[in-house]
Amino acid sequence: MTALSVTNLCKQFGGLRVTANVNLAVAPGERRLIIGPNGAGKTTLFNLITGEIAPDSGSIRLFEKDITRVSVHRRPHLGMARTYQIITLFASDTILRNVTLALLGLSRLRWSLLRDLDQQHALIERARAALARVGLAEIADRPLSQTSYGERRRVEIAMALAQDPKVLLLDEPFAGLSIDERRDVRQLLNAIPREVTVVMIEHNTDVALDWAERIMLLHFGEVIVEGTRAEVVANPRTREVYLGH
Amino acid sequence: MMTQITSAQAAILAINSLALGGLLFLLSSGFSLIFGLMRIPNLMHGSFFMLGAYFGVTLLGWGTNFWLAAVLSGLAVAAIGGVIERLLLRRLEGQVLPQVLLTLGLAFIIADICLMVWTGDPYQPSAPSELRGAVTAFGMFFPLYRLAILGVAVVIAIALWIMVDWTRLGAMIRAGVDDPPIARVVGIKVSQLFTLIFCLGAGLAAFAGVMGAPYLSVYPGLDFEMLPLALIVVILGGAGSLLGTLVGSFIIGFLYNFGQVRFPGLAYVILFLPMLLVLVLRPQGLFGRNVA
Amino acid sequence: MIVKLRYAAIAIALALLATLPMWVGNSYYINIASQFLLFAVFALALNVLVGYAGLVSLGHAGLFAVAGYSGALLLQAGFDHLAAIAAAIVITLVASAVFAALALRSTGIGFLMITLALGQIVWGVAYRWASLTNGDNGVNVSTRPAPFGLSLASAPSFYFATLIVFLLAIASMAVFVRSPFGASLRGTRDQARRMNALGYNVWLIRFLAIVFSGFWTGVAGLLFIYYNQFISPQISALTSSAEVLLMVISGGTATLFGPVAGAAIVVIMKNVVSAYIERWNLVLGVIFVVIISFMPEGLVPGTVRLLRWAWGRLQAKPSAAGERPSERPSERPSEERVP
Repeated sequence: MTALSVTNLCKQFGGLRVTANVNLAVAPGERRLIIGPNGAGKTTLFNLITGEIAPDSGSIRLFEKDITRVSVHRRPHLGMARTYQIITLFASDTILRNVTLALLGLSRLRWSLLRDLDQQHALIERARAALARVGLAEIADRPLSQTSYGERRRVEIAMALAQDPKVLLLDEPFAGLSIDERRDVRQLLNAIPREVTVVMIEHNTDVALDWAERIMLLHFGEVIVEGTRAEVVANPRTREVYLGH
Repeated sequence: MMTQITSAQAAILAINSLALGGLLFLLSSGFSLIFGLMRIPNLMHGSFFMLGAYFGVTLLGWGTNFWLAAVLSGLAVAAIGGVIERLLLRRLEGQVLPQVLLTLGLAFIIADICLMVWTGDPYQPSAPSELRGAVTAFGMFFPLYRLAILGVAVVIAIALWIMVDWTRLGAMIRAGVDDPPIARVVGIKVSQLFTLIFCLGAGLAAFAGVMGAPYLSVYPGLDFEMLPLALIVVILGGAGSLLGTLVGSFIIGFLYNFGQVRFPGLAYVILFLPMLLVLVLRPQGLFGRNVA
Repeated sequence: MIVKLRYAAIAIALALLATLPMWVGNSYYINIASQFLLFAVFALALNVLVGYAGLVSLGHAGLFAVAGYSGALLLQAGFDHLAAIAAAIVITLVASAVFAALALRSTGIGFLMITLALGQIVWGVAYRWASLTNGDNGVNVSTRPAPFGLSLASAPSFYFATLIVFLLAIASMAVFVRSPFGASLRGTRDQARRMNALGYNVWLIRFLAIVFSGFWTGVAGLLFIYYNQFISPQISALTSSAEVLLMVISGGTATLFGPVAGAAIVVIMKNVVSAYIERWNLVLGVIFVVIISFMPEGLVPGTVRLLRWAWGRLQAKPSAAGERPSERPSERPSEERVP
């Protein structure tokens, strides 16, 4: 059984094919890396998988269950979580509130009109724990506007991990980080439990290559090469895509 | 509440519908251009229509030729629109919502100024003398002036179509509608384009106001009666599409006139029905691209 | 320290409001105070959308009028007060649901345009469907209700009834803001896309917010018809929607009391201006233009910011690291521009 599978996925905007017959099968617990030059359609693929864009044709399966028609907001409840390339956090709240919101999204509590959110201690403690796992426990009460970019990236990851996902989609988690920050994030990723399936998009291949178990190379929306790291690196088409010859 | 219509009545209603449709097109084309390019539903658009009509009434009162009065009114209001755009709207560039609310505030200001200057009495200037009669055909009378409105609307529609589809200016407008940031990068002076289009829209609305004055008359409240019509036409036809505005205008024109006969009193409300239908089934309008 | 000041200010304001008829002798002014309170409820209702959901509606006067006309017409048809009020509220909730379903086909400017059109439909019905609404002649409301046998005919007694409703509305809003649902709603304002990805049904959250807003708008509408004992189509016109929007914007959308302050500003100004000149629309327009152009976050937040700055200067010590946020961050109003 695959954790996440995508079959013959196609998407076209006007005359432009952004996703061309993509097939993807990720085993449970696998660490999959998706690479490709700018404009290859990597983030679009993620958007199709999370449901933000509807595919023209093809299907998406989560643990063999067809979720192609499932609405965006139901997919997290089925165990899918993602982070974004561009940081989209709640700027006017504290870090703790950001993570609390992530936890609240999966809780029935989110419909409550009468309780006080700040008094939901159980929920808030879980948020603190999630922040502790990414090393941000000391600054949990700091407003997001007073945090550094590296800290915000970790908040993103904390929010996704707090959702206790079965499948985690990371969109360029290393983007814009310094060497030290990248090392920290790398440690975070290593600490992700084995049961969680992780699919990562990363433009910066140096950082992610040795983390990945299997790699998929996308170009112009098509899968060019797929396999283990050794296979992908050795494949002449990889060089073609990146170097043009 | 329902009344039967004879074929003679139907013919008259058809003419009235075409005239109203033509008038609505003149009004809404400016609104559609402004909304398409600047992403602002210009809530002053009805005010421009009314202001132009009042200017026209005054000019006609001084004995000006009808067509000259219409053009001069258009130019005057276009100038006013330009000043508003440069001094007030420009300051809020990029913030669509504040700009929209600004146009609302200005609409109220204009409404009260008109009330002060022209008082609450309605005016109904006569059509230009050469168009006062009617044409007889198929044993029925067709009022000349209504046909003239239709004619002018068609001429303007063609002129706008040529401008948008065939000129460099039109290409810049289309680029600005499709992708403002890229348009800027390519060197199109988007801010100047905004001012130009706002002036053009305002001028067209004012011209429409004068054209409509012998037919609809001019009175306080005309502004907020016409504004929703422009809104409906553009929602129905799709923003930024001249063809959509044309089709939408005539649909509304026919709906209003025939609706008025069969459901007097509710015709105004009936106008909103196609809009609601379109919203539910096809939110981008009949011909529109994704704007809102 | 700021928190204590704020609580003190609220306590004083409440004390003043509770005793108003005693220190304001003239029933004319007591009536203005009633007007202020009922429009404050209206403004609070609208702010649920504008401030917390990030959805600007230019058609709220339509919902207000639906409630008012429903109540007035039902009373005229012979229903007793309780039945008329209950039925009017239900009708308004249904209308809100319809509004929401249509308006949420779009967000941002599209939402604004659709609500404007919907408000115009209500106006059109009120004005033109004379056989139902009596058109321009309006509908009279002959008596005010007498809860528990207490007459509300006099200005002070009606004022107290309105005050009680207002306090209930404020309490409701305070609970709403602190609730998980309230936090979800604000989340959809800030990052709708992310909220969907976190498992929130953004459409449904917005829909429910509109219905909640519709409820209190309906309450305000009913207070209105009992206050005036009359309703006419004018109340559903675009100017009315603009006025209540102005109340929200001028007071500031980010705080609980902003819309209340805005309501006070607009109601007082309208009554003062109307007494001297007939140009209320002009004044309304000018205020709109000035606030949008120069004070987009509203008069109240602007003043608060100024006071904070002044307080900070008074407190300035070399060791203190500037102004530490002294309240819980979740309580702190976020400084934002008109959404």
